[in-house]
Amino acid sequence: MATHRRIDVSKIGDVSIVRFLDKKILDEAGILELGTELFGLVEQDNRKSLLLNFSGVEFLSSAALGKLITLDRKVKSHKGRMKMSSIRPEILEVFQITKLNKIFDIRKDEAEAISAFE
Amino acid sequence: MAQKKTPAESSTEAALPADASAWRREIELPSERGASRLIMEELLEQLGLHGWSPSDIFAIHLAAEEAIVNGIVHGNKLDPAKIVRVACVVSPTLARIEVTDEGAGFDPGAVPDCRLEERLEAPGGRGVMLMRTFMTRIEYNARGNRVLMEKQRPPAEG
Repeated sequence: MATHRRIDVSKIGDVSIVRFLDKKILDEAGILELGTELFGLVEQDNRKSLLLNFSGVEFLSSAALGKLITLDRKVKSHKGRMKMSSIRPEILEVFQITKLNKIFDIRKDEAEAISAFE
Repeated sequence: MAQKKTPAESSTEAALPADASAWRREIELPSERGASRLIMEELLEQLGLHGWSPSDIFAIHLAAEEAIVNGIVHGNKLDPAKIVRVACVVSPTLARIEVTDEGAGFDPGAVPDCRLEERLEAPGGRGVMLMRTFMTRIEYNARGNRVLMEKQRPPAEG
């Protein structure tokens, strides 16, 4: 299993829960690394059910949105499912402005997201 | 002979806040990834000191970050010989950030709308739209290598 510097990954049942270690996801080198780690969950570890838990994330830039979109595409092409939870209002607004809430499955909290996988 | 001014230049002068206590700062950033941090911490602190709310600070932070990264990466193309100039003004009612790069400029009108159905899953092209949405006013000079952004806040009541 790959070691991660940008994310923490745990499991509840079949669902891999991803937490972000950076409060602010904006440093470009960090975003590059974040992308590699997230894509590895799908492409190397072959995880099919991903839950991205954003609690603790205070800020993210459009470059980070790009990685989330690419991740979503990879998950779908691997016939997996991805959900997001615990997004603070300001970041939720970013998703709404860019209409990404249409392509992402966004849930209120981790419990609601996990039960949505069943 | 007086030089003809672009709309962005004249509006910069016209809209300067009268408030003498406004915080002003100008800085030249190197064209390196992550260089925005050289101004961002101070900008965020000043917004807080001038009474801006956390959600406004988030919006201004995002717009400033996107504009600076655009200047460094897309404008100057990370050329170490080029700089990005950032000028900030923060008062209790106005936050203004002007970002100038040394690149060839771009046409903001030519950036496709990322909200279109066929563009929704494209990984790039969201920064400019977020800047436009989060700020009250946003203007580019004719060449497209300078952006002036403002967020206005009504004066506190009472």
